[in-house]
Formats: sequence, structure tokens, C-alpha cells
Amino acid sequence: MVRQTFPWHVVFFLAPAVLIYSLFSALPLIDTLHLGFYTSDDAGLNHFTGLSNFRTILFDQTWSTAFWNAMWNNTKFFMIHMLLQNPIGLLLASLFSLKGLKWARTYRTLIFLPTLLSVVIIGFVWQLILSPLWGVGEKLMGYVGMADSFAPWLGQPSTALLSVALISVWQYIGIPMMLIYAALLAIPEEILDAAHAEGASGLRVFWEIKLPLIWPTLGLVTILTFVANFNAFDLIYSIKGALAGPNYATDILGTFFYRTFFGYQSQIGSPTMGAAVATMMFLVILIGVGIYFFFVQRKLTRYEL
Amino acid sequence: MQSVRILRNAVLAALVAAGGAQAGTLTIESWRVDDKALWETVLIPAFQKKNPGIEIKFSPTAPTEYDSSLTARMAGGTAGDLVACRPFDVSLSMYKKGNLEKLDGKPGMENFPATAKVAWQTDDGKDTFCMPMASVIHGFLYNKKVFRELSLQPPKTEEEFFKVLDSVKKGGKYAPLALGTADQWESNQIVFTSIGPNYWKGEEGRKALIAGKAKFTDPQFVAAWDYEAKLGTYLGKGASSQTYGDSQNQFALGRAAIYPTGSWDISYFNQTPDLELGAFPPPVKKAGDKCYISDHMDIGMGINKKSKNKEDAYKFLAWLGSQEFADIYTNKVTGFFSLSNHLITVKDPVAKQMIEWRASCASTIRLNAQVLNRGEPSMENELWNVNAQVLNGNLSAKDAAARIQNGFAKWYKPQQ
Repeated sequence: MVRQTFPWHVVFFLAPAVLIYSLFSALPLIDTLHLGFYTSDDAGLNHFTGLSNFRTILFDQTWSTAFWNAMWNNTKFFMIHMLLQNPIGLLLASLFSLKGLKWARTYRTLIFLPTLLSVVIIGFVWQLILSPLWGVGEKLMGYVGMADSFAPWLGQPSTALLSVALISVWQYIGIPMMLIYAALLAIPEEILDAAHAEGASGLRVFWEIKLPLIWPTLGLVTILTFVANFNAFDLIYSIKGALAGPNYATDILGTFFYRTFFGYQSQIGSPTMGAAVATMMFLVILIGVGIYFFFVQRKLTRYEL
Repeated sequence: MQSVRILRNAVLAALVAAGGAQAGTLTIESWRVDDKALWETVLIPAFQKKNPGIEIKFSPTAPTEYDSSLTARMAGGTAGDLVACRPFDVSLSMYKKGNLEKLDGKPGMENFPATAKVAWQTDDGKDTFCMPMASVIHGFLYNKKVFRELSLQPPKTEEEFFKVLDSVKKGGKYAPLALGTADQWESNQIVFTSIGPNYWKGEEGRKALIAGKAKFTDPQFVAAWDYEAKLGTYLGKGASSQTYGDSQNQFALGRAAIYPTGSWDISYFNQTPDLELGAFPPPVKKAGDKCYISDHMDIGMGINKKSKNKEDAYKFLAWLGSQEFADIYTNKVTGFFSLSNHLITVKDPVAKQMIEWRASCASTIRLNAQVLNRGEPSMENELWNVNAQVLNGNLSAKDAAARIQNGFAKWYKPQQ
């Protein structure tokens, strides 16, 4: 019998990934979770306080109002993406996968382009377009007789979050579109040909053949949207600043975390409180992803193609 | 544990773009992005003429990000050698964390009066941690051409002020006020704390709040918000998404008659030679009332305790305290007035006009700059939010007062 030697080669090949992941992802995450249980004094020293940071966030009136406001706004932000970005992405992808569509490649590139632009540019450009002083928005609406309906959307508490969410949808629509498009292309021609031969209409092919085959991709898109939205920060910050005005109408968990951790103006940042907020964000995402995996992912049928 | 902390700081430092602290070069941290050219072409060469061989890099961060990113750089050990100091509590907190050198008795410090140093001292006045550099004065700038065209006079009382605003509004050609609330800070720092001191009697009202003898819900503060709400009706229809930059442009392009601001904006508007600037202090209630102006100690300079080049940093600081610097700074960085004892002639006519208000009006600093910002919720952020809403007509003066008072009383013993 050959003596079983320790599989050093496995360790060797795993090491780079494990090391880099642990060093830059796992360790900071664990340290953040750990830091949430501390508080720092004037001199900058940390003391263990147990759950008191979390108690403050959830039960102190000022903190909990801000936290739940951010949470609710974030949920709305996510819902808008789910209702608009992903269905429109699916629609566009289905259109592009049709045969014989002219200029398909050009459209595809144009629609995907904003995704490649920096958020700062997107924020700046849209702020200019929607600016009540110099923006083209009002003029363009005037051409179709709607100049009166123009409003400073980014500044009104009732419309600010929706406007920012729509800008984000506009920017990122290319991603679900591309993912779904790739999934649609992977559907074997024979199945579609067979359906057509049997006399199925284009819509029926879509509902009964294509859609069931791309459910796993749609699930993936949902979870990616969920994680990205609950970690969102940059667009709001570049358009509305960390104070996420007006009256915190655009405040989401990311901007709430930023203000807590780094501070803002004379609000002095608290790394320990910030870590507690980050932990809450982590939990929200963990629970969301957990629900998805246990209740949705398992029920999805995968077809061998 | 130590290694984890080092790692965390390293990650933090990598996150926040770092200005390296090298020996031989001095890096200055500041939020005065607009002054970058002046530092590089005028101030630094003037210093180097006297102190050859010291390289200086002026590396500013946007004002709204300055405090938070500086705190992160301090924690990560990558902050610059010289640090522009915000007045009062923000810098005090940095000093308490051991980020700043104690400056008492250092060369240059003897040129500043005690009143100027107050903004950068511990509460007991024993430790001074930043050298006072400059103050700014708040008020209203107006476009002289527009005023001539509509035959208007700069107003002295509130009644006159509203008459002026009404006639500009009726004319329809110009916006009465170049002011927006998208960035929020203007609503507090250049509207509320500028027009308010006439109501709460400047220092008297401010100190009464600190002593717990007055509340924000008292009539003198509510009335200031009422007045602000009335001003809000003269804002443009898109004011809620108009940024500070938009307002600056609107006024510079001659599309607005009046621009509520502070003296720091003079140098910006001087870049537009066609614009004929005038200034008037916040109008008083009745003719003959004593006037109060917000004359705010705005900027100081401290030394990073972890600087690798303290010797040169102190040389630079000594120069900051000199007559030469006071003169260059006051006259080149127009609208920032030196806080030193040196006698300086202000050359810019508008800046000169503003500094002369000191003789006729009583000076005060921004209402919440001292002590009031210390607690949680941060009063500065609350005031930004509340004042922007009052200007937009979304919040009544009474509710604004109640909200600020509640937040204040929550942590401040004398108010409980």
C-alpha cells in the first residue's frame, strides 16, 4: 500500500486565493464586526461595550429614526430597480436576441455605455440636465408642451429619491441586459426551431420556453441588484452629498454609514459606531441573500440543455 | 490586536487618498480648494524666498469632505505636516486625540490677540493648538449695475430690503436672490447665522444658549427663522436643486441682483471683471437698531503631531505669524481678514467695505460653532437640514426651533 502523503499541491494552489481573500475581505469584515462592540473615548482609545452601539442604533430615537429612514429609502431604491431596471433589461435582452434586428450591436453598445462611465460623471451630467437654471430638461420638455410639468426633481423631498433611483437605473440597465442576453443566447437553436415548427407564436416561445430556461439568471440578477443596492453609496453621494438631502429624503444605508463612520462637517466620525452600522448592513444583506438561497434558489428548476 | 489595528489603518489610508508626509517637503492640508493657485504662485514662493530649500505642497480637499477625510488621514498616519484648522470643536477634538502639537509660546504666536486664539484653545484656555489665520464676514453682495438699472439703493432695514426684493421680483428680468438649498450648508452658514444675529443680539444670544439661559424656541430665535422663511419666498422656482456653484454662477453672470454670502466669495467674483460688486450688512429691523454681523474666525493652522519634519513646519508657522504673511493673505486671498495684531491696509474696495462694518456693528461668530456642535445629533448637520427646509417652505419656523431645541437638550446638561 502506498502511504497517503499530505496533498501539499492542493494547499499550494489554494494559498494565493485564500490569502488574498482572507487578507482583504474576510479579515476586514471580521474586524469590522468586532469593532462594532467597542466604543472610543476622547483620546481615541477603544473600550468594549457589548451591544450598546446596536441598542443606540435601534432604540435611541435620533439614531433609530435616521436608521429606519435610511433602511426604508434603501428598500424603495431597491424596489424601483426591481420594477424598472430588471424588467426593462429583460425586455431589451429579448429584443436583441431576436434574429434579424438591425443595428442590434450599436444599440447594445449604446445602452451598455453608461455602465462603463464613472458615477461622478453620471451624477454631474444628470445634475446639469435636470438643473432648473441651466438644464436642457425644461427646454426639451417644452418642445412637447410639458415645460410646466418641469420641477426641480432632485431637490424636492417627494421626488428626489425617485429621480436618483431612475438615474441609477439608467446607468446600470446594461448589466441585467447583458447577463440575460447571454443566457438567452445559450438556449439551443434546436429547441426554438422545434417550437416554431410546432407552430408556437413568438410570445408563447418566450413565456413557455425562454423564460423558464433563464429563471436562474433572473434570480442571479435579482440577488446582484439586491446586494448592489443595499451597498449603494456613490451616486447619492455625488449628487446629493453625504447629508443626502432634502431632509434625508435620499439617505440610504451607505450614506448613513458614511456620516457615522467618517463624520460630516462638524459631526465627528465614530469608527466604532460606524462599524456597528456596517454590521447592520451586513446582516441585512446576509438575511436577504439567505432568504433568496433557501426559499428561491432551491425551488428553481434547472434544465440540462 | 495591534497588528489588526495597523492593518485597519493601512486599509483606511489606502481608501482615503493619501498625501504623504515626507521629510524635506511640507504638505499643507486645507479645505480652501479655491486658493490653490494663490498658495502655489504667491504665498509659497514668498515663504521660500526667505527660507530656501523647503519644499511645500498645498493639497486641499473639498470643504464638505475635509473634516472627515482629515480625521481618517490622521488616524492612518498619512495626514500632511501642516493642517488648516476649523474653529472650535472640530479642531479641539483632533487635539484631544493627540493629532495636533501644542503651540503656546512658539515663534509667531505672540502676534495674535487673546480673542483670536479663543477659537483654537482648550476650554480652560491653557493649550492653544492652532495659529489663527483669518476670519470671514458674512453679508450680502449686490450687483451695482442691476441696482442702477432698477434705481435701487442698498437696504438698511428689513422693510427696505423686502421692498428691494419685491421690485426686482416684479421686474422679472433678474432673480432677486441667488440662493439655492441643494447643498444645504449655505442655508445655515450664510443665511441663518448671517441674518440671525440681529435678532438674538449676536454674542449675547449665543452665550445665553451656551449658559442654558435661552432656548432655540425663544422668540428671538423663532423670529430669525420666520424672517428666513420670508426670504425663502424670493428664491427661484428651482432653488431646491440649485447648488452653491449654481448660485455663484448665477450671480457672476449678472442674472441675480443680490447674493447672500461671506467675504470669501469676493475673490471669486473679482475674476469676473464686468461684475460691479457692492456689499451691505444684514439689514436691521428698524432704522437706528444696533447691527450685528457674523464675523467668523474661520481658519487657523496647526502642526500634525506625527509630522516627520516639525522643524520646517515651525519655521513655516513662524512665517504665518509675520506681518508679511498677514499682508499678502489679507490682500491676495481677498475676503479673508488676518487675525493678527499687525496693521494691514485692505486694498480691495468691497473687502474694505466689509471689514469696516466691524466699526459700526457688533461682531459675533457663527451661532453653533462653539460647544453647541459637540453633541449627538450634530447640530451643524441639523441646522443645515432645518434651514434648507425653512427656506423651501417645507418647515415652519416654530417646528424648526422645536427640532433644534430637542436635539440640543438631548445631550446638553444646561438645557435640560
